[in-house]
Amino acid sequence: MKYFIKKLITLIMTLFLVSVAAFLAFQIIPGDVVTSILGTEATPEREEQLREELGLNKPPVERYFNWVTDVLRGDLGESYRFSKSMNEMMPVAELIGDKLPVTLWLAAVSLVLIIVIAIPLGVLWARSSSHFLDAVLGVVTQVSMAVPSFFLGILVTYLFGILLKFFAPGSYVSYQEDFGGFLKYLLFPALSIAIPKIAMTARFLRNSMLTELQADYVRTAYSKGCTKRRVMYGHVLRNAMMPVVTFLGMIIAEIVAGSIVIEQVFGLPGIGRLLISSISTRDFPVVEILILYITFVVIFVYFLVDILYRVIDPRISEV
Amino acid sequence: MKRIRILLTALLTMAVLGGCGSDGTGESSGDNSSKEPVYGGSVVVGIQQDIDSLDPHKATAAGTKEILFNIFEGLVKPDENGNLINAVASDYTISEDGLVYTFTLRENVKFHNGNVVTCEDVKYSLERVSGLLDGTPLISTLKVIQAVDILDDKTVQVTVESANTELIYSFVAAIIPAGSGEDAEADPIGTGPFSYVSYTPQVGIVLKKNPDYWQTGLPYLDEVNFKIVNSPDSAVLELQGGTIDIYAYLTDSQAQELQETFNVEASASNVVQALFLNNAAAPLDDVRVRQAICYALDKDSINDFVGGGNGTIISSAMLPTLKDNYVDLNDTYGTTANVEKAKELLAEAGYGDGLELEIAIPSNYEFHMQTGEVVVEQLKEAGINATIKAVEWSTWLDEIYNGRQYQATISGITCDTTPGYLLNRFQTDSKKNFINFANAEYDALYLEAQATLDIQKKIDAYAQLQRILCDDAGSAFLQVPANMTAINKKLSGYKFYPVYVQDMSTVFWTE
Amino acid sequence: MKKHGMGKWNKYLVAGLLMTGLALLLGIVGIFWTPYSTTAMSAAEKFDAPSLRHIFGTDNFGRDIFSRVMEGMGTTVVISSLVVLFSGSVGILLGALTGYFGGVLDEIVMRVTDAVNGFPSILLTLVIISVLGSGRQNVILSLGIVFVPSYIRIVRSEFIRLRDADYIRRARLMGVGRMRILFVHILPNIFSVFWVSVMIGFNNAILAESGMSYLGIGVQPPDASLGKMLSDAQGYLRTAPWYALAPGLSIVWVVLGFALFSEGIRRRNA
Repeated sequence: MKYFIKKLITLIMTLFLVSVAAFLAFQIIPGDVVTSILGTEATPEREEQLREELGLNKPPVERYFNWVTDVLRGDLGESYRFSKSMNEMMPVAELIGDKLPVTLWLAAVSLVLIIVIAIPLGVLWARSSSHFLDAVLGVVTQVSMAVPSFFLGILVTYLFGILLKFFAPGSYVSYQEDFGGFLKYLLFPALSIAIPKIAMTARFLRNSMLTELQADYVRTAYSKGCTKRRVMYGHVLRNAMMPVVTFLGMIIAEIVAGSIVIEQVFGLPGIGRLLISSISTRDFPVVEILILYITFVVIFVYFLVDILYRVIDPRISEV
Repeated sequence: MKRIRILLTALLTMAVLGGCGSDGTGESSGDNSSKEPVYGGSVVVGIQQDIDSLDPHKATAAGTKEILFNIFEGLVKPDENGNLINAVASDYTISEDGLVYTFTLRENVKFHNGNVVTCEDVKYSLERVSGLLDGTPLISTLKVIQAVDILDDKTVQVTVESANTELIYSFVAAIIPAGSGEDAEADPIGTGPFSYVSYTPQVGIVLKKNPDYWQTGLPYLDEVNFKIVNSPDSAVLELQGGTIDIYAYLTDSQAQELQETFNVEASASNVVQALFLNNAAAPLDDVRVRQAICYALDKDSINDFVGGGNGTIISSAMLPTLKDNYVDLNDTYGTTANVEKAKELLAEAGYGDGLELEIAIPSNYEFHMQTGEVVVEQLKEAGINATIKAVEWSTWLDEIYNGRQYQATISGITCDTTPGYLLNRFQTDSKKNFINFANAEYDALYLEAQATLDIQKKIDAYAQLQRILCDDAGSAFLQVPANMTAINKKLSGYKFYPVYVQDMSTVFWTE
Repeated sequence: MKKHGMGKWNKYLVAGLLMTGLALLLGIVGIFWTPYSTTAMSAAEKFDAPSLRHIFGTDNFGRDIFSRVMEGMGTTVVISSLVVLFSGSVGILLGALTGYFGGVLDEIVMRVTDAVNGFPSILLTLVIISVLGSGRQNVILSLGIVFVPSYIRIVRSEFIRLRDADYIRRARLMGVGRMRILFVHILPNIFSVFWVSVMIGFNNAILAESGMSYLGIGVQPPDASLGKMLSDAQGYLRTAPWYALAPGLSIVWVVLGFALFSEGIRRRNA
């Protein structure tokens, strides 16, 4: 229990630090959201008016304080740039709520691909006695792990999009319009995210299984007359999967972060692209919440992984 | 409309295409321009960015104004040759001293809500943009309006502070119903050929035909849908898939891809691209160094490399499409590199051993970034060691445009139809003079040009101003890049304007 | 780094050495000499497909892609090495102090590293570059900051493990100075662990550097960098696919070579 409280405090502390850092960064970055919105031709009076509307004329400390109290009350604020209708600005919560499904589905499809491909592959690899297969898989996974995701994205676009015409690059359909088409389009960016992770997971699973196979209980199981099949799937795989699950947890965190780049490559309107464009347009309310959100997800997933470790191996003590 | 906007999105996807140039203005020369117009139907136009405001007086983005052109009209409006034609006003006169404008309203011009435009509406609209209404001027050039008086039910008289023959170009400001300013964002009402139907953020805006439009016979189309496309890539796909019919900002490779299936046309943009030099920053405060840079550049090859050869080379701040006022000064520094001359001038200025130059470029403009790479390479020949510093657009606005903390930058300045507009910014004290150009002769001549009511005198003065800017090497002006537009082959009547306008009123289906 | 001498050669080590060696050779030579100028443009040679004259073809300015890949490889390797050097040194210093002494400093440093770790690295570099502006030094600095926490953690946990070891206790009793204990007695004993993370860190730095250039916040043109070349090439994928393949495969080559090399070292020491 004490451990959970400590972790919780750490989480809150971290989020606070991150929010202060992001706020400070926005004070330092050159560029002013008002000029960014109005361009170079607006009258000074109009600029002043907008500054007031956005509350930018108040001192920074007060602004930060107001922002924190609003967020704690559940009000995430409004975007400086995106409007909901012509009379009101888009609430940040709604804006992110709109883009988040794209990123989450991308992560989900990637994760499904990883699990569906990597686990059978890892098992096959561990069971196989063929040196040839071992060598091929060794090389293929090594190479896959060395490809940066954005290059993989370009390769996938070229191979599946331009040469094989499995999909039309840029023909993204919104999930609200056509969910099936949306998932179909996501398949290819997801593949770009998944390939290196599949290689890692398969290697990890294989090594984990090979270690298990040498364990004493395996010999005991065989001696008790268990079939090879039963030993493999009943004992070895189950035990070997535990560390793999935690490994997948880490991968989720990486996928969330990695989607920032992949969304850029495939032109997906997810939170990664929203973040990059919001940084460049100095849309502070959106940037702050997105950064906090991504940080939260990453820390939370690590936290879960940590707990899983503890569940699996109670010997782990705090370091 | 009287507003130059430092190039927003257009140059991002600035297009290039060999062998398909037109002179940039006038009607589309598609192979079916002779076909009979068919009334009715709807057209989907792909646009690059979301609308920033539906209030015509508050909209600043070029991408918004090119759409609002269809909904709103001013007392006057621009045509495809850059001239003004009467719109809500059927006639106007300007007093000898240039201080009083008298507009006669056109008979029976109706707002989209069915009401006839009255002098009250005109008075309200002009007072709103000039700040007389609530102290906040919305269009800076109209701040000079001192009073708007209604003389009779068809005549409005506008009194201004100081004479300026180009002020008339600012009367393109939209006329909206009296008192409707508060509602303009939610329910925009104008007098244009199309009326507002709906707007969905990040999706687009839908307009329908205004059956009461004062120009009889126009528009042809029943409905126009401006649809936001996610990326230039998806624009091409949507064109090919038939979900959009017109798209105006193609890149080179895209234009070539579409050439078979679409009418793809190059037209001159209203952007002046230049290597802007900060005249107040050493060593560029020495005119010889600036001239050396002008000599060192090979504008032809810049145009070839980044513009597919479709751009128009310029040497001063005037659009060649503004034919009456433009003077060709390309002989001054030549359109190819003159390295000898450049080195000579540098040596004279004390930089015989070369010099360092930092060029800041807004990184979101691929076109400018690529130009930068070519420029750096060309300057190297003359012993100028230039480096590129990519900056974000927001940073560019803040540090370079407003802060003027830079040596050189590559960017574009856009122009409306007012010929003096680009020249105005280079007055020593202009707020927009971000290159810190300082030339007393220029300032005096500009004021003179503004004051004169004699058109020929004015044209001569503008020619002289362009010459001074060029000879004094205020900056190294490069080119007016081309826009590439793809149009469905079954459509005709699309007009290219020298300003940001997507005029849908003359577009029609041929079958 | 013992490249030669005794020890068992294995296929990982051989392949890794060959690949890394070739990449380093090209990169280092590329700093001083390339077959063609990396910046000279030629309108006549725009988008030439790979040929004997230009083995990787030419780009949209008619520049020789092979020469630019050489330069880009050099840039990437130099930046990545400096990043590892910077973050490794800071990591050792802070990790040693916090691990050995604990206390308030430890708390603060750990909270900050938590915050930095929680931030996705690409996001952090994006923000840092927005604040500092682009440029080579800022790329090194921002990536350095991103990588520091992982080194701090490793060094810190090693120091915690060793601070109570018998020989350290004895040294303390004998009155050896604190700094001497830290850097003379403990430090050399953590190198085997530290070395592994340096290897991984180097590869991560290469990927991160090319990722930054890809997003346009890395090395500025006209200097060649592999990531920037890739992002430039993306627009011409239909007409000039070789433009994207050359820099992309070069990144894969370097990363793969180094991964094999470190795997080989690991196996040899195992």
